[in-house]
Amino acid sequence: MIGELGRSYRDGEVVCRQGDPGDCLFVIQEGELEVVREEEGQETLLRVAGKDELLGEMAIFYRQARSATVRARGPARVLTLDKRNFLKRIDEDPSLAFRIVETMSRRVRELSTQVVELRRALAARGG
Amino acid sequence: MERAARRDGLELGDGSRVAVIGAGPAGSLFAYFLLEMAGRVDVPLELDLWEPKGTFATPGPAGCNMCGGIVSETLVQNLAVEGINLSSKVVQRGIDSYVLHTDVGSARIATPLQEARIGALHRGAGPKDVKDPRWESFDHHLQARALARGARLVATRVEEIAREPDGRPRLGGKDGTARTYDLCVAAVGVNSPLLRQLEALGIGYAKPRVTRTAIREYHLGQEVISRTLGSSMHVFLLDVPRLEFAAAIPKGDYVTVAVLGEDIDNELVDRFLASPEVRRCMPPEWRLEQRSCQCMPNISVQAVEKPFADRFLFIGDCGVTRLYKDGIGAAYRTAKAAARAALFHGISEEAFRRRFQPVCRAIAGDNRVGKLAFQATRVARGFRFLRAGMLRMVTDEQRRPGARPRMSGVLWDMFSGSAPYADILARMLRPAFLGRFLWSTLLSLWPRRRTPALTEAP
Repeated sequence: MIGELGRSYRDGEVVCRQGDPGDCLFVIQEGELEVVREEEGQETLLRVAGKDELLGEMAIFYRQARSATVRARGPARVLTLDKRNFLKRIDEDPSLAFRIVETMSRRVRELSTQVVELRRALAARGG
Repeated sequence: MERAARRDGLELGDGSRVAVIGAGPAGSLFAYFLLEMAGRVDVPLELDLWEPKGTFATPGPAGCNMCGGIVSETLVQNLAVEGINLSSKVVQRGIDSYVLHTDVGSARIATPLQEARIGALHRGAGPKDVKDPRWESFDHHLQARALARGARLVATRVEEIAREPDGRPRLGGKDGTARTYDLCVAAVGVNSPLLRQLEALGIGYAKPRVTRTAIREYHLGQEVISRTLGSSMHVFLLDVPRLEFAAAIPKGDYVTVAVLGEDIDNELVDRFLASPEVRRCMPPEWRLEQRSCQCMPNISVQAVEKPFADRFLFIGDCGVTRLYKDGIGAAYRTAKAAARAALFHGISEEAFRRRFQPVCRAIAGDNRVGKLAFQATRVARGFRFLRAGMLRMVTDEQRRPGARPRMSGVLWDMFSGSAPYADILARMLRPAFLGRFLWSTLLSLWPRRRTPALTEAP
């Protein structure tokens, strides 16, 4: 489609890699992205993000490298947001950070649910 | 002072009534943000969005807001963070590059991230010969978001604006609708006859200084546009008297030609369109007289001194906007600042002075710097050797991977309106930029056989 904004990614193509410098955020325009953590050669799927979701927001708060790899799950289109532009805008309009806070609150809630599920699973195994 | 204003009832509370005149980007975004923020703090408001063009569904002047139709890179990103993602139902073409055309050649400037982050679209339903609209109008898209938040559309023309004895604004519509409000937000264009009435209210508002521009639409069809102009905005720096700046913006089935300059008239627009530089980038079958429509709207070139008063706000073009570029971006910034000020700090002149004016001042101050930046471009445009140097520098930067895009970045931000003019001018004055420009200019004076070909196909 000629009117699509952002950049197209093929299935499995990496949007950002764990360890890369975090200098931008991403908004999914179409499709899905999966967030995976690589440790000791093993991959753990952390979550799957869908249309309109914001990813990579930790880059706003930390100067650290990316904590996970993000890649396309099927064909996807992603818009890149410049960290510098975003921070400049927040200086003029602090309410712009509201959506980031909203996104992070939702993630905390999801993680809390996952912790409960994992504890239950461990308890069921007698752990 | 803000506290005193609140005691006088100059604040928005449960059930307050707000009128927004004009449902262009400034009006609809103001309504959207005000209602969204009011919802967050549980303050129910009544908001009427007065718009004589209704839902912008009619092609041609009846549904058009006379604009080049570019959503800048910065605005695309800001809207995405706000949760307003512009889909391909609205954006007719994602712009991923600029092609700079001069009489000494052309050069393509790719987006820094190789990504389409500029949206080319129609503000209204498109030119008058649109038969089967395939894209949603941008203004309708934003208006629908405001309506979904609870705004009420009053699809009639405001014919009377007055103040009640207690200072509250009263609007009267062409269809006989009449209502009194707690706050009136004017979000009309500089071409609106309502500005005279607003000046006559005696609240200290004086409309902005304007200049005329020309906008033409040509129907070429999607396939032909993709093959010729592609997904690049074509910008022309030509030494044509009275011509300041011109661009050809490819959209879905149409190309929009926007021309800025002094005393714009048909003769100047035709002379520009007949130039070999324009003919080179348009398809061979294109005829300049076969236009779909044309308008010559005014645009603001000097900000309003005081775009606010007790219970009144002026946002978008009728208040403060950016010089020449990114008017929709300025509408977004002033609309959101106005909504925040009105909801959280009151609707008095003092509250607006403290909470809304800083954003207006930032834009107006940057415009003053912008005039200098455009002056510098004008100088470069006036001399062939400087045009050649500029083009040489861009071509070199675009050819060499990893080269610092000094000139490309400056021109990209000038054309796209993606950065404040102060940033652009500061980069133009850096010794490294000036040195490189001087070097490129000297190289471009070298005999042709030792100079790399400057022209690059779009």
